[in-house]
Amino acid sequence: MSESSGRLELPDVLWQRVSPKYITVELVSSLITGLIMCAVGLVLFLTVLGGTVWGTLLLAAAVVIALLLVILAPRRARAIGYRMREDDLLFRRGIMFQRFVSVPYGRMQLVDISRGPLARMLGLADLRFVTAAAATGVSLPGLATDDADALRDELVALAESRRSGL
Amino acid sequence: MTSADGPEGFEQLAAPASFGHEEAHGRLAPARSGDSALADGQWHRLHPATPLLKGGFALLVILGFVVSNLRDRVIQLFTGNPEFAGQDPITEIYEHGLVGWALLAIAVVISLIVVAFYFSWRMHTFRVTDESVDVRSGILLRTHRQARLDRIQGINVVKPLVARIFGASKLEVTVAGQGANVQLSYLATRAADVLRRDILLRASGVRRERVQADSELTAAPLPLELAGDATEPHSILGDRLNEFLAPELDPDAAPPESVVRIPPGRLIGSLVLSGFTVFMLFALAAVIVGVVNDQFWVLFLLLPGVIASFSFYSSRFLKSLRYSVANTADGIRVGFGLLSTTSDTIPPGRIHAIEVRQPLLWRPSGWWEVRINRAGHSSVKGAAGQGNTTILPVGDFADVQRILALLVPTFTGEEAVGLVTAGATSRGGDGLFVDAPNRAAWLRPFSWRRTGYAIHGGAVVLRRGVVWRELILVPLARIQSLGLQQGPVRRALRLSIAELHTVQGPVSAVLGVIDTAEALTFFERIASAAVYEAGVDTSEHWARGDDESH
Repeated sequence: MSESSGRLELPDVLWQRVSPKYITVELVSSLITGLIMCAVGLVLFLTVLGGTVWGTLLLAAAVVIALLLVILAPRRARAIGYRMREDDLLFRRGIMFQRFVSVPYGRMQLVDISRGPLARMLGLADLRFVTAAAATGVSLPGLATDDADALRDELVALAESRRSGL
Repeated sequence: MTSADGPEGFEQLAAPASFGHEEAHGRLAPARSGDSALADGQWHRLHPATPLLKGGFALLVILGFVVSNLRDRVIQLFTGNPEFAGQDPITEIYEHGLVGWALLAIAVVISLIVVAFYFSWRMHTFRVTDESVDVRSGILLRTHRQARLDRIQGINVVKPLVARIFGASKLEVTVAGQGANVQLSYLATRAADVLRRDILLRASGVRRERVQADSELTAAPLPLELAGDATEPHSILGDRLNEFLAPELDPDAAPPESVVRIPPGRLIGSLVLSGFTVFMLFALAAVIVGVVNDQFWVLFLLLPGVIASFSFYSSRFLKSLRYSVANTADGIRVGFGLLSTTSDTIPPGRIHAIEVRQPLLWRPSGWWEVRINRAGHSSVKGAAGQGNTTILPVGDFADVQRILALLVPTFTGEEAVGLVTAGATSRGGDGLFVDAPNRAAWLRPFSWRRTGYAIHGGAVVLRRGVVWRELILVPLARIQSLGLQQGPVRRALRLSIAELHTVQGPVSAVLGVIDTAEALTFFERIASAAVYEAGVDTSEHWARGDDESH
């Protein structure tokens, strides 16, 4: 996609990307989601909606969406980025549906590290940044375990030094 | 949890706290001797009538039910007609000569209940220290709950009708988090008012000497009352009557004056002109159409709902009567209620977002509603039925401006008034707000002209909506994070979504359309301003900042 003026892009930010291994995780989870969707579509096609136009359409839609999910998975993984600025953490994700968030360090309530089975095999961890607002929704998937631990410690230290109330 | 250390400590309600029964409290005790009795760092008990108010009345009702079921028996006693004596258990017992056993069983059950109530009351204790409010309760399963004073989000004093007759109130300290509130139910009404003041005074971070001086002035005659035994019989009735009649028995020297007054007429009008009424009219129309067409099932389906709606209206009405919003030294106090009363205090800096909105039906009469987001939610519902998030159920624009001045004290001056007026009523294009560009009309055909933001006086102001007008204020120091979003449609139109994230509540501070270049400015400006404001914000201990000048 060309860099048109309409595209939302924070200028002068050098994004740190998540581990390339995370693409595998994203691919596998997309594949599973896609397969489930196709299976549901197929079951409906063979039973309730058997022989109708709707059944065919539904199955086709499921297949197309599943394919898109899988094809876009690497791009989706590469679109995730973060940047630690002086006073806040910047976070971005998404290409088609973009989202940028800025969280001041002092607002952090807790940092959560979780590791799924596949991520553990690849030595990855997910880091979640929780504030008092549910809408913040900053989670950094696919960090190398050591990086995640280091980042967590750094964030906790920063939050501690800039602690403010709610 | 050791329960053995308790009893010695309790005896010193009014006595000078000299013998340190627990090291931690002993250290504080001498300095606290002049303090008002309940907030002296020692453990105290609740009002002795607590078990009755909490569950005892239900027991009385059950007893009454049992007695009323035995009325056959009573009738028979007077008429001597054996026809009434059927399979009555009493008769059975009587005939088998088991009266003694039955009486014994009843006596055992009653004494067990009394003992259980007594111990649950005895084991339910609380204390207020310089750092926290603590509550210990439970007989077998001890629980200890603590609310840190600098994390207090509000104090709600509630007087349910029955408790109010008995001169008792419930005090709830709300903190952020689900179900983490500390509830003191019940306290003597005057004790609750004094305790609220003392907790707020401590939470405000005022120096200890001032706390002491203040309490010596006002709290000297209180201890007897607080201990629960009103020793002056001639004044009990008068006290109760005074407490009952006064909506707010405030021990402060000058009771806070409400900045708004909702006439009953306006209250009724606001209830009639609500979305709920529109819904009810549709339901009523359906009923009428159904009856006319002999479709009586519609009647059975909808009529109970229509009838129930009257209770909705009346409870809304009764709750919102005597509505008051007042400014106190320790925050905003919202009081309401005719029979059961509530008085909710929100300390400064505990309001995370404010929304001024005008439903379409209210526009001819120029009424507005003010709602807020706050981190702590009382378990007692607010006047409008939600978790105390409606600050003003209905008011005119002057009311709104007075309330906004209270809610965001930094948001003042000519410019602020202009912003609020323009934000609420302007059709847009006034240059005060950064509004959405023309092409936003594709997504907001009516309201794009007045969908915009402004920053002034430590707050971000958003305005949006032309049919349902909305003005949103978010104090910069309370913003948790901020975000920008863009999907394919907005990308094609060079637009974005800008959002400010605050704690959960009815207000969502989101601008659905904003020019992408403006969005980036918005992002950078507010990100740095929010960090700065949070850094200089002292509302955690709101009185500490200006304490030096006293």
